[in-house]
Formats: sequence, C-alpha cells, structure tokens
Amino acid sequence: MNDWIEVGSIDDIPILGSRVITTHLGDIAVFRNAKDEIFALNDRCPHKGGPLSQGLVHGRSVTCPLHNWVLGLENGQALAPDEGCTTAYPVKLHDNMVFISLQAR
Amino acid sequence: MREKLVLVGNGMAGVRTLEELLKIAPDKYDITVFGAEPYGNYNRILLSPVLAGEKTIDDIMLNDEQWYKDNNISLIAGKEVTEIDRIKRKVYATAGVAAEYDRLLLATGSNPFIIPVPGNDLAGVISFRDINDVNSMLDSAKTYKHAVVIGGGLLGLEAANGLMKQGMHVTVVHLHNTLMERQLDSVAGSMLQKSLEDRGLKFLMASSTEAILGDSRVKGVRFKDGLEIATDLVVMAVGIRPNKTLAEKAGLYCERGVIVNDTMQTYDPRIYSVGECVQHRGVAYGLVAPLFEQAKVCANHLARLGYSRYEGSVTSTKLKVTGIDLFSAGDFLGDQDCENIVMKDAARGVYKRIVVKNNRIKGAVLYGDTVDGAWYFQLLRDQTDVSDFRQQLMFGQAHLGDSGHGGQNAAAVMSDDMEVCGCNGVCKGEITKAITSKGLFTLDDVRAHTKASSSCGSCTGLVEQILASTLGGDYSVASHVKPLCKCTEHTHDEVQTAIKQQKLTSIRSVMDYMDWKSPDGCASCRPALNYYLIAFWPEQAQDDPQSRFINERAHANIQKDGTFSVVPRMWGGVTTPNELRAIADVYEKFKLKEMKVTGGQRIDLFGAKKHDLPAIWADLNSAGMVSGHAYGKALRTVKTCVGKEWCRFGTQDSTALGIELERVTWGSWMPHKFKMAVSGCPRNCAEATIKDFGVVCVDSGYELHVGGNGGVKVRATDLLCKVSSEADVIEYCAAYTQLYRENAHYLERTAPWLERVGLSYVKQQIVENSENRKELHKRFMMSQQYSQKDPWAERATEGVQQHEFTPLKQVI
Ligand code: SRM
Ligand SMILES: Cc1cc2nc3c(=O)[nH]c(=O)nc-3n(C[C@H](O)[C@H](O)[C@H](O)COP(=O)(O)OP(=O)(O)OC[C@H]3O[C@@H](n4cnc5c(N)ncnc54)[C@H](O)[C@@H]3O)c2cc1C
Ligand code: SF4
Ligand code: FES
Repeated sequence: MNDWIEVGSIDDIPILGSRVITTHLGDIAVFRNAKDEIFALNDRCPHKGGPLSQGLVHGRSVTCPLHNWVLGLENGQALAPDEGCTTAYPVKLHDNMVFISLQAR
Repeated sequence: MREKLVLVGNGMAGVRTLEELLKIAPDKYDITVFGAEPYGNYNRILLSPVLAGEKTIDDIMLNDEQWYKDNNISLIAGKEVTEIDRIKRKVYATAGVAAEYDRLLLATGSNPFIIPVPGNDLAGVISFRDINDVNSMLDSAKTYKHAVVIGGGLLGLEAANGLMKQGMHVTVVHLHNTLMERQLDSVAGSMLQKSLEDRGLKFLMASSTEAILGDSRVKGVRFKDGLEIATDLVVMAVGIRPNKTLAEKAGLYCERGVIVNDTMQTYDPRIYSVGECVQHRGVAYGLVAPLFEQAKVCANHLARLGYSRYEGSVTSTKLKVTGIDLFSAGDFLGDQDCENIVMKDAARGVYKRIVVKNNRIKGAVLYGDTVDGAWYFQLLRDQTDVSDFRQQLMFGQAHLGDSGHGGQNAAAVMSDDMEVCGCNGVCKGEITKAITSKGLFTLDDVRAHTKASSSCGSCTGLVEQILASTLGGDYSVASHVKPLCKCTEHTHDEVQTAIKQQKLTSIRSVMDYMDWKSPDGCASCRPALNYYLIAFWPEQAQDDPQSRFINERAHANIQKDGTFSVVPRMWGGVTTPNELRAIADVYEKFKLKEMKVTGGQRIDLFGAKKHDLPAIWADLNSAGMVSGHAYGKALRTVKTCVGKEWCRFGTQDSTALGIELERVTWGSWMPHKFKMAVSGCPRNCAEATIKDFGVVCVDSGYELHVGGNGGVKVRATDLLCKVSSEADVIEYCAAYTQLYRENAHYLERTAPWLERVGLSYVKQQIVENSENRKELHKRFMMSQQYSQKDPWAERATEGVQQHEFTPLKQVI
C-alpha cells in the first residue's frame, strides 16, 4: 500500500524542469517533462551527490549539473557507460495535482 | 514481416555496419551473418599487440556470441559463403547451409598477397591476417629460433617486432631502400630503421626474394643477388588484395575490388558492400577509419534513411610498436608545386615534415614527437588556410598547455601509471586498457568510458596519441562534418544558417525544421540553440530558462555541495567603502562561508543557499550593485590598471576606459565567456594580451588586441589594429564582440574561434570595412537594449522565476 502525499499542482513545476520537496529522507526532485509526465528522484546524483533538481531535463532523462551524467527519470539509473543509480519514488497525477509516495520503488 | 538482411564476412567493417544499423533501425531486419572464421567479431588491428604478448585474444573480442544472441542475429560462424544466386536472392555456404535475403551486404575483407616464388607453399610460410596466423606464429616461436619477415611496411614491421618480443631472431626483408615507403619519406624511414635496429631487428634492404628453400618445412630464403639465409619461419607481409572472388563469381562488376557508389551499393541495387573488399571512386582502403565511415553511410541506406553519402577518406597511420612515435598522413612527398616545412633534431630523435600547397596542408610525416599529428590531420582534412599561422605551424598547436601533465608531450614514453588527465585522475594504463577491452575507436568513446580529457580538455592531444598508437591511426571524423550533438546530423554552421535564413525563433521550430532525432534535445544542444536564437533574434526570440545550464538559470555559480556563490559586478575593478560594507553585511546576515578576491578583480561570496539568493541580491542591489555574470557565457570582467590618473608611466585613463567598456558590454550573452582588460601602458599590468579583447594604451592612442586566453591553453592575443580615440575603442570593441556573437559556435571561446576563421577575416570585417564595422556596432547596441536588465533585480524585486528559488513543498 502506498501512502500518497499531495505535493502541489503540475503547473507549479516548469515544463522540462524540476522542483524540490524537502522530506525527512532528504531532498527529493520532482520532474516534469515535455509530455507532462511526472517523475521523482532522490536529489542526489549517484556520482558525487550533485543536485539533480538543478539539471537539464530532456526526454525521460536529466543531465546532472555537476559532471553531466545522464540519469533515467523512471528508474534513477545512469546512462551507460556510467554506472550508478539513485532512488526513484512512485508519483501519480490526479486532477492536475501531483502525489508522491515515499516508499521507494 | 521483417525483411531479411544477410551479411557475408563477419569482420570489422561488416559488423560495424550492423552496429550502426541497430542504432538507427533496430527492428528493420532479420539478420543472418556468415563468417569463415570460427569466432565472434574481433579487433583485427590488435593482432599485432597479441603477437607481441601485450594483449590476449580475449582482450580483443569486439562482439562475442552473446552479442549476436542479444540482438537476434543468427551467426553462422566457420562457414564460408561460396555462391550467391541473385535471381533467387539466396546465398549458399559450405556444409550445405543457405540463406535467403532481401538485402545482401558483402564485407569479405581482403586476402594477403603471397609472392609467386617457388616454395611459397612450404610449411612454416604464413601470412599475417587472422587469429589462426597469430597462433601459428606463437607456436613457431616456442620451438624455432629464426624468422624472416618479407615486407617492411606497417604489417611486416609489426609482425617482426612481435616475433622478436617472442624471443626469435628476426630479419626483415624489404624490396625498397626505405621502410614503410608508402607512409614515410627517406629521412623518417631511416630514423625508424635505426631505432628498430637498436632494439635488435636485422634488415635486408633493397632485396628481392627469389625462392623459399626447404623440403617439407621452410629452411631458408634465397634472394636474386644470390644471398641465402637460413630460417625456420617466413612471414609474408607484402600487401593485400581485396577479396572479390565471391562477388565476381556472382557477376557483380569488379575491378581491383567490388565497385560501389557513394551509397555503398554495388551494381546490383539489392547488394551493398563495405570494407577492404570494396573499390570506391578508384580507391580500395586498408585501414579501419575509412571503413567505419563507409559502415555508417551503408547503415543509413539499409535503414532507408537515404541521405548519407560516402565521399572518400583521407587516412593517417601510426606504427603500433610500443615506444616508437610515428605519424603519417596524406601526400607526404608532394610534387614540384609543394613547399616543405622541415624540422630535424637528430639528437632528440625528432623529425617533422609538413607538405604545404597553396597554404593548405597536403601531407605530414612526424617522427619522435607526434603530439600535433591530430591537429595537422584536421587541418589537412578540412583544407584550412594556414597562412595566418604558418610561422607557428611547425611548433604545433601547443595542444597540451602545461597544466596537469608537466609538459608531457609524448605518450609513447609514458609508463602505464603516469597520469594523463589531471582533472579526472586517469592514467595511461587505464586508457589503453579501456581501448582494447571495451573496443573503443574514437576520442569520444574514450571520453565516455574513462572520462579522460572530458573536462578541461587540455590532455586531448595525449589521449589522441594514445588512441592512435594503440589502434594505428586517427579515427575521428573530419570536423567540418561533425554534428552539433548526438541529437542531430547538422553542424553548428548549418543550424546557425537555418535559424538566420528561415527566421526560426524558438527551439521547437528549429528542432522541427531540422528533424531533430530526440524529442527535446539534450544538455548539449538546448543551451546552444537557446543562445543562437537570442543572439540572432534578440527582439523576437524568447529566452528559455529550462534550456540553460543551472548557473545561468539561477544567476549564481553552483558549488560541489549544491550551494551557490555570488559575485557582484565591480565596474573596472573599482569599488567604494559603501559597496564593501554592503558585501560584508550580506556575508554576515546570510551566514556565508567564505569571501575571496577573485582573479577578475572583484569579490566572490561562497556558501549561499539557493533560497536565500533573491534576498542577498536585494541587499546588494540596494547598495547599487548588480550581477557580475560570473556564472554566464557572457561578459565577465573588465580588468583595469590604475592608468595615468595615478601611475607615473600611465599614458591614458585606462581605469575610466575599462569602466566605460564594461558599461557598454555588460549583460550581453555570448557563445562562451568573454573577458576584457585595459592596461595604461605597454607594461600591461592588467594582462590585456591574454584577454578576449584587450586594450594596451600607448602615448599615441590605443592598441586593440583580440583572441587571447589565459585558461587551459594560454594564447596571447593578436594585434587587431591601433586606434586614436576612446570612441573608436568602444566602436571596435562592440563590433568585434558582435562579430564573435554572430559567427562563433556555442562554447567556442574567441581564441579557438579566431584560429578557425583567421585573423585576416576578422581584420577584413572590422578594420578594413568601416561600413560593416558600423553595422556590427549598431546590431550590438540594438541587442543590448534587450539584455541590459539586471537579472538579480528582476528576481529580487520583480518576482521573475520565483519557483526557481523555493521548494515545492516541505513534507515532514
Ligand atoms: C572565482 C574564480 C577563481 C578565483 O577565486 O579567482 C573562478 C572560478 C571559476 N572558474 Fe575561472 N575563475 C576565475 C577567474 C579565472 C581566470 C582569471 C581571469 O579571468 O583573469 C581564468 C583564466 C583567464 C581566461 O579565462 O582566459 C579562468 C579560467 C577558467 C576556465 C578556463 C577557460 C578557458 O577558456 O580555458 C574555466 C572553465 C570554463 O570556463 O569552461 C573556468 C571556470 C571556473 C568555474 C566557473 C568552474 C565552474 O564551472 O564551476 C569556477 C567557478 C567558481 C565559483 O563558483 O565562483 N575558469 N578563471 C575567478 C572569478 C573571476 C571573476 O571575478 O569572475
Ligand atoms: C595484423 C594487422 C594489423 C592491422 N593494423 C591496423 C592498424 O593499425 N590500423 C588500421 O586502421 N588497420 C589495421 N589493419 C587493417 C584492418 O584490420 C582492416 O582494414 C580491417 O580489419 C578490414 O575490415 P573488413 O571487414 O573489410 O575485413 P576483415 O576484418 O578481414 O573481415 C572480413 C571477414 O570476412 C570473412 N570472409 C571472407 N570471405 C568470406 C566468405 N565468402 N564467407 C564468409 N566469410 C568470409 C573473413 O574470414 C573475415 O573474417 C591491420 C590488419 C592486420 C591483419
Ligand atoms: S576555481 Fe578554476 S582553477 Fe580553481 S578549481 Fe575551480 S575551475 Fe579549477
Ligand atoms: S555529481 Fe552528478 S555527474 Fe558528478
């Protein structure tokens, strides 16, 4: 069972952008891509902890602002040849509102 | 139902074509591969290091059998295709295997040439082409002592070196007077011969083989001049012949090789061909780089994209003998209309020859110091006009600067544990290991896998050398055809032209018009497109914050811990007690962590939390300070010296002029960062001659200097011209800036830009054509109307981009 937490409206997140939610688990980056899909990742790059929320969003990926690793938004997995993974959290959209579950996938 | 593609020849060119095809059209074909050799696909180039005992067969596998399975390719290894039925569209192989095709790809490689002398079929006479040959050489080396290698070209020398490393006494027999006469002139050839002799190889030059002696196994070799030498092994490495047997038998038109057109199609439109078996525009290639270009074009047509063309290649070569640094490209002998630029330092073992015709490089031979090989090769392929820097040509591009690797410029003499990339801590051994074990071929591959040279880039020259000496050539694609990024086939120039001519004013319209391959670009192309749009259409184009790197989006520099630094502008480096007080107050109020005087004559505040930024800016704004753009591809600082107001040597008011220049140019977005300086006299205390635009005041006026750089690779400026009034300085500066803004590629600083377009071009645009200068100046001032708004004030007080600085929600 997921405990869904409402975090705000999709319109509060820029298209191809991200906003942060602060939690007891640390910062979580919530992304919105060009197709209005929503994703949430732990806001720490598996490389050296860069804040992924500050990265550039494209397709279903984000490029980390510190050293340009590319991470998949769905699963937090680094694009080969880089290796690493950050936690991805389940999200859903309901009437334009974004919900997140803090139980990691 | 999917179409059927059959590949004959499981070698480097054929499989590379499949790899390219799978990248762009993974589901188009059911693929069957026939290979006469009983393995997956391996890196034939690296057979030489295997023979020399530096690598193992396992190291050099490119695609193992699992790869074929993973990609649903049926591999029929160890079977030779013997017949093609073009009417039934079917191929037949040994042991009764057959397969039907809709498209057929022939990549049968080539066969070693066996000289027609008596005894050439004795046991112990072999060629050097495949794993089988290497294994029989390694076996021979275990039991026998003496070897003769016939052929003093690339392949022969690598075979000889390998056999010597395996403990054999090796004599190389060569028909000509110069080793590698197809790659080296006689000077370089004899330097090479000398150093190979020092290592223990023997040479018989200008000798022609008459017979190979022996009953069942080889015992010796006899030459035309009567000389006989005893040997237990003969390796023939005298050349290769395109393997066209199968094609010819099927009635395809062949000359020296299988004839193909620019789309890699044979005379039968269903049959394509790539690799060493091919003859394209009269040329058959024997190196991998051109074959890989062919593979890319062929894949494009197999995928039915149909826009790519192969137009032939210029090749370069390196000898893969550890410790020997040698590079050759193009027409290195030249004709009577060519000029030679030659440098020889016998004591250092260095020789360089560059062949130039009409101010364009035609060929180059480098021995001993090959660090500039990649640069010459690029100038050669691009046919760049070298007249502007001809004097420096011989001394090289100083590609490496001096940072990070202590002036190291010869990869060959580096040991495996020496650091190549100072930014990412990558050693030579890691790079060579990645090249062989991961099957890498290009600089980009190495960057992706090892990170070497992916940060500041100053070790690019070294990495290129290591690549070339591991793989025996330069695999980079000519730079003028280099696409902007992986999302497009188009170059920076093509994108710029389209944006200007088609009046494209949004990123979406550029991507649509130019058929972008990814849905919304990537972190490389989006910032570039955003820049081009606002630079070319300042009035119409909308800036897109989501296409900017975080620093430009948040108007502060991100730090490794995720906090930000804040640098307010200090016009010309001049400040006041009031400004300093405000900075000190901000530091304390927001509990910042450090304040530091920067190399650009202003103060940097570190450790700011992102959500504090607007409040910090508001405080700085109210003391009259604005953004210093220390984070932007934009005007950074204008460094000044005290000038004639105070200094006993000052000739002009350099401080005031610097401030004026900063007032005119601040806020302007650029392809890369842009720094200026004004010095009051030629003592040049503001270091104006390493700036993007520098002014050195003299008694009679102002010298204007351009294209300097003090960063990774130091470049002193070129003198643009001298002017006599401050007003002229401003006009020239604005015009020059605008020319750079309109002309350079995104992320190209003025130094490399100037080297690419040439000083003459810039002079012609700005100095010689006053009308053009005035136009450029006017366009610059027009665009400044839109960019001279303090981004800090907009965010601190006008509510712009608020969401950037606040969390969406706090969840407890
Ligand atoms: C703060 C400062 C160092 C200092 O403490 O003095 C600095 C700090 C950085 N420099 Fe610098 N550079 C600083 C003066 C310089 C200078 C000296 C100068 O300007 O006189 C140079 C050499 C001169 C030149 O550029 O020609 C310099 C050459 C570089 C380079 C290499 C550029 C090149 O073309 O080779 C980079 C990397 C880049 O831009 O890609 C760089 C990049 C950086 C970055 C932005 C690294 C990054 O991407 O995060 C650093 C940001 C730190 C921060 O958060 O503030 N910095 N940097 C200086 C800020 C000056 C200012 O007031 O704005
Ligand atoms: C020892 C050595 C060192 C080299 N060093 C370098 C170097 O440093 N740099 C460089 O650029 N190049 C080098 N080369 C050259 C490079 O290896 C070749 O240019 C390249 O391998 C050619 O690729 P290809 O696909 O055309 O042919 P190949 O790689 O030879 O592949 C052709 C394959 O087709 C198979 N085949 C042929 N006919 C049939 C048939 N009828 N049915 C089924 N299969 C068939 C063959 O068995 C072979 O496996 C070197 C070559 C050798 C031998
Ligand atoms: S401030 Fe400049 S020189 Fe210093 S570590 Fe950062 S980028 Fe390197
Ligand atoms: S911290 Fe993300 S790439 Fe280095």
